[in-house]
Amino acid sequence: MSAAEQNRAAVATPQPGAATRTIRVRLKVEQVSFAYSPTDRFAPTFTLGPASFEAHPHELVAILGPNASGKSTLLRLLAGLAKPLAGRVEVDGEEVGSLDLRTRAKRIALVQQESELLFPLRVWEYVLQGRYPHGRRLRFESDNDCLMVGNSLGQVGAEALRDRWMHELSGGEKQRVILARALTQQPSLLLLDEPTQHLDIGGKVELLQRLRRLADETRHTVLVVTHELDLAAEFSDRIVLLHKGKCLRVGTPAQVYERELLEEVFAAPLEVEMRPGGRPRVVLRGDR
Amino acid sequence: MRPLTPARVLGVCAQLFGVLFVLVVISLRMGAYPIGVRDIVVTLFNGALGRAEQIPMEFSLVVFGLRLPRIALGILVGAALSTAGAGFQALLRNPLADPYVLGVSSGAALGAIVSLIVLPFTPGAVQVAAFAGAAATIGAVYFLGRRGRQLDSATLLLAGIVTASFLSAVIMFLMTILSSRDLRGMAFWLMGDLSSAPAVDLRLLYLVLIVAAGSIYTTSSDLNLILTGEQEARHLGVNVNRVKFVVYVGASLLTGLAVSVSGAIGYVGLLVPHVMRMLFGTDYRLLIPASAIGGAIIVVAADLLARTIVAPTELPVGAMTAIAGAPVFIYLMRRRVR
Repeated sequence: MSAAEQNRAAVATPQPGAATRTIRVRLKVEQVSFAYSPTDRFAPTFTLGPASFEAHPHELVAILGPNASGKSTLLRLLAGLAKPLAGRVEVDGEEVGSLDLRTRAKRIALVQQESELLFPLRVWEYVLQGRYPHGRRLRFESDNDCLMVGNSLGQVGAEALRDRWMHELSGGEKQRVILARALTQQPSLLLLDEPTQHLDIGGKVELLQRLRRLADETRHTVLVVTHELDLAAEFSDRIVLLHKGKCLRVGTPAQVYERELLEEVFAAPLEVEMRPGGRPRVVLRGDR
Repeated sequence: MRPLTPARVLGVCAQLFGVLFVLVVISLRMGAYPIGVRDIVVTLFNGALGRAEQIPMEFSLVVFGLRLPRIALGILVGAALSTAGAGFQALLRNPLADPYVLGVSSGAALGAIVSLIVLPFTPGAVQVAAFAGAAATIGAVYFLGRRGRQLDSATLLLAGIVTASFLSAVIMFLMTILSSRDLRGMAFWLMGDLSSAPAVDLRLLYLVLIVAAGSIYTTSSDLNLILTGEQEARHLGVNVNRVKFVVYVGASLLTGLAVSVSGAIGYVGLLVPHVMRMLFGTDYRLLIPASAIGGAIIVVAADLLARTIVAPTELPVGAMTAIAGAPVFIYLMRRRVR
């Protein structure tokens, strides 16, 4: 049994005397739809849904689709930053919309591209911000908070960056630090919006490997919005495929990666090859 | 890794209070009637213990009647403007934000002048009207500074500068056509000075300062996160709208308070928070109290210079802060452009 399978078995089988409730379904999305219009007077310019899928502890789920397919909108709905038109999003059995802001921040961490910092910050100061939802509104950090910062930086292999300035970091280093801040929130659900966007291929593989390890070795459920078909096939347990605001298919990479479907969605001549491990690989067809 | 502790906040505040105390003693000593440092300390000590009979009459008049009220006013104004500046910089996510540069001080001054015309003998009306003028101006500048749904840094500053010059022109117009009315001089409302005692009890004004600055301080952990991005702050559980409302009302109140008693003193809200950032870092849990005390130091020092540098003639304190503040503004703007 692999480490990941052992972990999944541990989650499904409560330990005798364990006080905590075992979560079987981390994220439940039921018939969620959304409509966006710039003003109330106009018809919606973008609609999404209805979408339904589940994600479990120790899973890595990839949300795939071309530009303007609704990936980031879906992520915002899952993070509770937008209200669905219909349907429900549940995290650990509770509807996301009913959670107060701090409770939500303790359960869900959203990693987006970092905004421009107004004043310079050290890496440790930035990562320490992840402890905000765990204390009173006006608070001073404890030794435990500092310990958490060290652990999170360790989990993403960024201990050496601790005392560096944020604005001096490379794209890959910054991405790891942003991920460390999200881990400091101690969330059960980790959402990442196109985290590989500004990384070279080595950085992309390293980040996905790290996320895979996080899902396998900790209690996190990881959802990644990405354009990387091959990396998603290699590292994810489940794929949610979106196209023009519709959820076309949900399943394992082998179930979702069909040549005709991917060609239609991505409007490109593609070939799907099945590799020995059962994971598909996508290549450009030569007969363009 | 050395996170901020309450002990460090208190330590920095104690040091700054020490500097302020020394400055207050120097300020009490300087003037047309010289008093020795020892006499000042003894007078203050006796005054604090309520031993009025042990204080010579002339010392009592000069220290408690003339110089101390003016210094107390300077402390109030400096603390209010600096805290408002630090608040506006976080609220608008703009390091060049300052009540004077954004036109908020001019709005407060206009409000105060209108109240002096409409309700000339109503106690507290000037303060309320100055607050209303400040709040209306920052609201207008905020909306004028938006491009699409985003707050644009350059547009915001331009909106502030245009609003400030428009409101200053309206003030000049009113002062010119109503020159016979008792509205204090034009220089007072446009430049600011501390020479005239406020009509309202100073203790009441200090209470407003403590409440408004204290309200902003309760949001200081939130402001640290908002400075790294509003979206990120929301993800981390900050109720951004509530924080913005508290800072908006608090900073407007502080600006209105300062302008109603001293006119529009410029650049204190810009200069002081930046100096404090350079000295003590960017954490708002330390920056707000440090800026408040630092603002008091700067205004008391500027007023000391204003009344002694070309004695017996007095300069408006706003001229001193502008001489020091304008180059700092240009330096910060150029550093940001680079």
